[in-house]
Amino acid sequence: MATTDAAAHDGIRAEASQGTVVNFGFWLYLMSDVIIFSMLFVAFVNLSTNYAQGPTGQELFELPLVFIETMALLISSLTYGLVMICLRQGNTKWVQGWLLITFLLGVGFVGLELYEFLHLAFEGYGPQRSAFLSSFFTLVGTHGTHVTFGLIWILVMVGQVAYKGLTPAVASRLTRLSLFWHFLDIVWIAVFSTVYLGGMYR
Amino acid sequence: MSHSPDTDAQGGSEATLGSYSVGFILAIILTAIPFAVVGFGLLPRPEALITVGVTAVIQILVHLYFFLHLDVSREHLANTMTGVFTALIMAVLVGGTIWLFYSLNYRTMMGGG
Repeated sequence: MATTDAAAHDGIRAEASQGTVVNFGFWLYLMSDVIIFSMLFVAFVNLSTNYAQGPTGQELFELPLVFIETMALLISSLTYGLVMICLRQGNTKWVQGWLLITFLLGVGFVGLELYEFLHLAFEGYGPQRSAFLSSFFTLVGTHGTHVTFGLIWILVMVGQVAYKGLTPAVASRLTRLSLFWHFLDIVWIAVFSTVYLGGMYR
Repeated sequence: MSHSPDTDAQGGSEATLGSYSVGFILAIILTAIPFAVVGFGLLPRPEALITVGVTAVIQILVHLYFFLHLDVSREHLANTMTGVFTALIMAVLVGGTIWLFYSLNYRTMMGGG
């Protein structure tokens, strides 16, 4: 009995260290994403005053809308934290529940961003209007695309939890989704500070 | 399935309701301050921009510590070190490019307009 216990223990340890390696690999991907975003930020900062006689950020941006977007994403970070807590407690129902709530908050965020983009485009201030707007749509749109793929990932995980249960593999994927989701919130802090709040003073 | 080895390996063991709540409340405060300063025009331009920058940096650190559980403990050291390395690369790229373009605009008198 003792030997099987030891063997099982070794199995868990091997799995744990493999999980650490996989998470480290995912972390490296996130770091490369940091570099991509930082270059998009640099492009935006350098082009942010090239209006081509078009409107400035101060004339276009609606801070209340941005504030609601920010809150939706921030609350979704908290609800994803609750996913991880319920995962450790082995609470399948609430893992799914909080995943769905996180999903809805993310949909709210992307919906508001799409509303803003379409609103600007219909007013004639699309990405083709000026270098400022090109870099604005590229930077904010890239973040929005990341969030959209995060939403797809959340739905996939809701399905996996339903069909496979909280197996070690599923738990491992949920951990990486947690890294991804919190990472996107961090990028958004830089976006609202640089683009929207900073844009009010250019 | 009460205890997953994978969640312990990364960000699981410290993930408690308490730590998430503290991080969340700090994040709310650090979001409300810059939005209030800019939205209600509480401070003149230089001070407002400094407030936005400082609160953003602090909030990013709050997220890294309370949500991503990045610290200098042994199990997270590899992540933290690559994060520090990335920050170095980012500083070179961002700082270098902004400097370069500023200088270029200055010499060619092609400032934004």
